[in-house]
Amino acid sequence: MPKAGSALSLDGEGKPIWVLLELTYQCPLKCVFCSNPVDFDRYREHELSTEEWKGVIRDARKMGAMQIGFSGGEPTLRKDLEELVGEANDLGYYTNLITSGIGLTSKRLAALKEAGLKHIQLGFQSSDRDTANMLAGVESFDRKLAIAKEIKAHGFPMVLNVPITRHNIAQVPEIIDLASELGMEYLELANVQYYNWALLNREQLLPTREELEWAEAEVAKARERLGDSMTIFFVIPDYYEGRPKACMNGWGSIHLTIAPDGSALPCSQARTIDTLEFPNVREHSLEWLWRESPTFQKFRGDAWMKEPCRSCDEKEQDFGGCRCQALLLTGDAANADPACSKSPHHHLIQQAIQQSAVPEKHVGSLIARHGGHHLGRKAT
Amino acid sequence: MTTPHQVSLDDTYVISPTFLFRWEESQDAHVLLYPEGIVKLNETGGTILKYCNGESTVAEVIDELTALYDADREAIAEGVIKFLEVSHAKGWIRVKS
Repeated sequence: MPKAGSALSLDGEGKPIWVLLELTYQCPLKCVFCSNPVDFDRYREHELSTEEWKGVIRDARKMGAMQIGFSGGEPTLRKDLEELVGEANDLGYYTNLITSGIGLTSKRLAALKEAGLKHIQLGFQSSDRDTANMLAGVESFDRKLAIAKEIKAHGFPMVLNVPITRHNIAQVPEIIDLASELGMEYLELANVQYYNWALLNREQLLPTREELEWAEAEVAKARERLGDSMTIFFVIPDYYEGRPKACMNGWGSIHLTIAPDGSALPCSQARTIDTLEFPNVREHSLEWLWRESPTFQKFRGDAWMKEPCRSCDEKEQDFGGCRCQALLLTGDAANADPACSKSPHHHLIQQAIQQSAVPEKHVGSLIARHGGHHLGRKAT
Repeated sequence: MTTPHQVSLDDTYVISPTFLFRWEESQDAHVLLYPEGIVKLNETGGTILKYCNGESTVAEVIDELTALYDADREAIAEGVIKFLEVSHAKGWIRVKS
């Protein structure tokens, strides 16, 4: 998931220093804000084998990758997770597991520790059982709470990652207390970004400006109270910032996502751009697809930019924002991200914000992640 | 916020458990790795963090660097303490308890 608040503090010097492996799109949860493709169930039969994943891990390391995330879907559904983590750890990666916690057991945690796993990111929906279960689409709160304690008992540093929407934003103080009691090193309150399932549900998920400002003030109070004991990241939705996020530190700049079927993506959301062909690790070397493939070169640098980005003095800070958001909301991935107030399409964002303040817009039902939903292109 | 951290010459530092500190050949530098983040250190920064090993006191780190760079001890001491303060504020290191 692209995160506005976690920019890397290193110029990759043209290397894919951060790789994200989406081991599977299968997941026991049905989160309404899921960032997986809405046609996720088409990928099941095409998942890479253990040996294919190991090849990716080795080749990326040779190209200078240092960070590796094991994500999904739910990566613990892959029985070879421990083996892949072990391979990555042996090669010197900083290994991070991004999980819902469902599927983790004390035994598997011990095996992951043994394999050298450095950090766990646990997705969490709310401090309130009913809200959490509603957002996740299944009864999962108690299990997640138990596994959070188990992860700490195994001595893993961890971040509790809570996607924030209007359904849980009022619980921010309680969520902070819960994370603190659990002994988290980090708490990430990540306002949901609107792609895929979250975009389908946007009208009912986007908080109002007032709600955001209140939550931000609560975070500031908690930071003062908690001091150094826990770091809280509060990722503001770009809808409200007036400036686009420096998405992925630029297209094809430092980040490489490999989807379950081996497709190489400049960002886990990039398949949104259905006019692009994403090269596959089964057919091409990592070296070629990163350096030479037309898709990775498409929005690299700034030659592709149109106005107002082309002449903008901030283009080296935000790279024109997010290509997927530009496509989804303006119809052209080469346009400025409409989250930018300089974009001629910024009114689309302002309309969505206005809609969020209309109470009757929130009465309808949320669409839970489910199989058989085909909006986008076919899985390749 | 809490009161700023004071570096004491008798203290011993360790790398915080959320960080992985090591030499990275592809960057020709020491790096600190943490969840979705990387810090590339310059030569002196890397050298100072190498001594955040749970054994060397701050005074010993200053001695080591003074010898290593054949430089004025007071200037080195100032640089080391400043770097440790910044590193502590960023959460990279903590005092060994």
